[in-house]
Amino acid sequence: MEATQAEQKYHFEVVRWFTIAAVVYLVVGTLVGDYVAWELAFPALNLDMAELSFGRLRPLHTNAVIFAFGGCVLMATGFYSVQRTCGTALWSNKLAWFAFWGWNVIIVLAVITLPLGLTSGKEYAELEWPIDVLIAVVWLSYSINFIMTVAIRKTSHIYVSNWFFMGMMVMITYLHVVNSLAIPVELFKSYSVFSGVQDAMIQWWWGHNAVGFYLTAGFLGIMYYFVPKQAGRPVFSYRLSVIHFWALMFGYVWLGAHHLQYTALPDWTGSLGAAVSLAMIIPSWGGAINGMMTLSGAWDKLRDDYVLRFLIMSLAFYAMSTFEGPVMSSKTVNALSHYTDWTVGHVHSGALGWVAMVACGALYHMIMKLWNTEMYSAKLVNLHFWMATIGAVVYITAMWVSGIMQGLMWRDYDEFGTLTYTFAESVAAMHPYYTMRAVGGLIYWAGGVVMLYNVIMTVRQAAPVKSGSAAPASA
Amino acid sequence: MADKIYSTQFQDKLERNVFGMVIMLMILLSVGGIVEIVPLFYLDGTMEHKSTAPEVIWDRKEGQTLADWKAGDGVRPYTPLELAGRDVYTREGCYTCHSQMIRPFRDEKERYGHYSLASESMYDHPFQWGSKRTGPDLARVGGKYSNDWHVRHLRAPRSVVPESVMPNYPWLEHNGIDGTGIAKRMSAMKALGVPYTDADINSASSAVAGKTEMDAVVAFLQVLGTMVKFDEEKDYRK
Repeated sequence: MEATQAEQKYHFEVVRWFTIAAVVYLVVGTLVGDYVAWELAFPALNLDMAELSFGRLRPLHTNAVIFAFGGCVLMATGFYSVQRTCGTALWSNKLAWFAFWGWNVIIVLAVITLPLGLTSGKEYAELEWPIDVLIAVVWLSYSINFIMTVAIRKTSHIYVSNWFFMGMMVMITYLHVVNSLAIPVELFKSYSVFSGVQDAMIQWWWGHNAVGFYLTAGFLGIMYYFVPKQAGRPVFSYRLSVIHFWALMFGYVWLGAHHLQYTALPDWTGSLGAAVSLAMIIPSWGGAINGMMTLSGAWDKLRDDYVLRFLIMSLAFYAMSTFEGPVMSSKTVNALSHYTDWTVGHVHSGALGWVAMVACGALYHMIMKLWNTEMYSAKLVNLHFWMATIGAVVYITAMWVSGIMQGLMWRDYDEFGTLTYTFAESVAAMHPYYTMRAVGGLIYWAGGVVMLYNVIMTVRQAAPVKSGSAAPASA
Repeated sequence: MADKIYSTQFQDKLERNVFGMVIMLMILLSVGGIVEIVPLFYLDGTMEHKSTAPEVIWDRKEGQTLADWKAGDGVRPYTPLELAGRDVYTREGCYTCHSQMIRPFRDEKERYGHYSLASESMYDHPFQWGSKRTGPDLARVGGKYSNDWHVRHLRAPRSVVPESVMPNYPWLEHNGIDGTGIAKRMSAMKALGVPYTDADINSASSAVAGKTEMDAVVAFLQVLGTMVKFDEEKDYRK
């Protein structure tokens, strides 16, 4: 009954498509990631084929998980929660469909161009200029649609999840436009307009804030809607959410410089980045505490609500990796950790543990609401939860050990005052950990397959909720 | 445990006005980037050739070609063949495993050489400092190995370094280089401020004639880190 009313009131069909796409891209993106992980353990897997070589597939992995999976999650949850929290349908359903098809065209273009070696050569922003233009257009269409939906809301105040989404939209627009500025030479070849040290600073301003806004602020927006909804409790503290929101918005922007400590970037810039990074523990933990404490008085729900488990475990990973980040940005630790696998482990504790788990919790929640049904199998949700948790922990642990070991081997001196290890010896020492990491990734990926199966079965069993008169796609 | 609803009047206004909130965000979110990025374009201390060491840039005389440059003369734009090699380097995603940025530590000095200067990558559009050393740093790999070693290594890395996890790059030997394409790329670089002369660009096509991508990558690797002659007594990062 309530579902039928919601169906007539809101534009849900486009959200459904984004939701399914997100689950599919979770499986695809982590599969590519796990394949390149195996390539590092067993280089014969590069198969002497250019299109499958590590240097070309790794950007495909990062783009697939960040833009394909992350992007579809952000658009699905954004378009869903903005309608629910504003009590109104989307400002423009047509524009939302444009975002869906546009975003998927971008993903297809990425899948074609990156293995062909068509790349701008800037980490996490490899896509060439025509695709960058398309990204800007689709991103703006998503942002404008979202902001206008907030503008026509039926509520007096804007709910906190929407603050985070809007912060992300503004910042990602800045970052993408500035970092992608390039002079085209051919259809799929361009050179960054910036060079050397300035290009490095702009690149990491983008790089860290793709993490800070796209993968953190946006996903905190998800957390602020879906955790209280799934727990059936109000957000723990309004005041804390105000403080940590503005502190996070102001502070995160500065962190990029900590990726460039001891490089040719001037010392003042790196130190400034590191100092603000340390301070960022406070707003980050503000969010984690606010999310977790929302469960206070309802912790028993974790016993049988597996979706809630995803959401709360993601906050634990979030708290851990936002503690680890500032530690790694301090100069003493960074001298050891930079250039090693520790960085890779840190990114994945955020990506596998926080981003993907909060996303999966939200996706499960939405699937049950959008198709007005329970999940096909709650046991499989629980299985996915444990596979994701164990896979992430195995992955992160392997990278901690290998990263710290690498850092220590590179700087080790023997009793004669000469370097103890050749670089090649440090590479050989990584082999067991690279294998272990690939196994962890495989477990994580298999968990995603379980989710996909569960989602397909759920959708198939769901009774059609669309009432005849209001076909949402054309409404 | 939830506390009472409380906010300042300003916060309350923003929560009622979406455009006010977006404008507030636009202002707040621009601060960090402006403070950290903009000064890098005008503070002389950023680039060593503008502050402590003007000699690290090649002082090119009227009429000199890129071929007149000798190792140690200072930073210069890449030759057409090196630029083609650099494009292959970015295309293959070498930066995902190799850094080109040596930090001022004792072990890095002994392993890789003198710490990198900002001026050394001033013509690098985009920069290729990298963020990960699955393989070793390449900022000063030039001259460390013979051309022949590099060819064998790129063809089959484990034939010369058994522990290596690098992919084989057999296709580089079979791909030629498009001479007019390189000239166009140099013109683009020139538009971005890289000091190529018209003569450099006009001779690009003949400079890469008959060369393969393998030749280009090796030429690029062999010039890395050889441009500046360092004074070991001098502190370049004042």
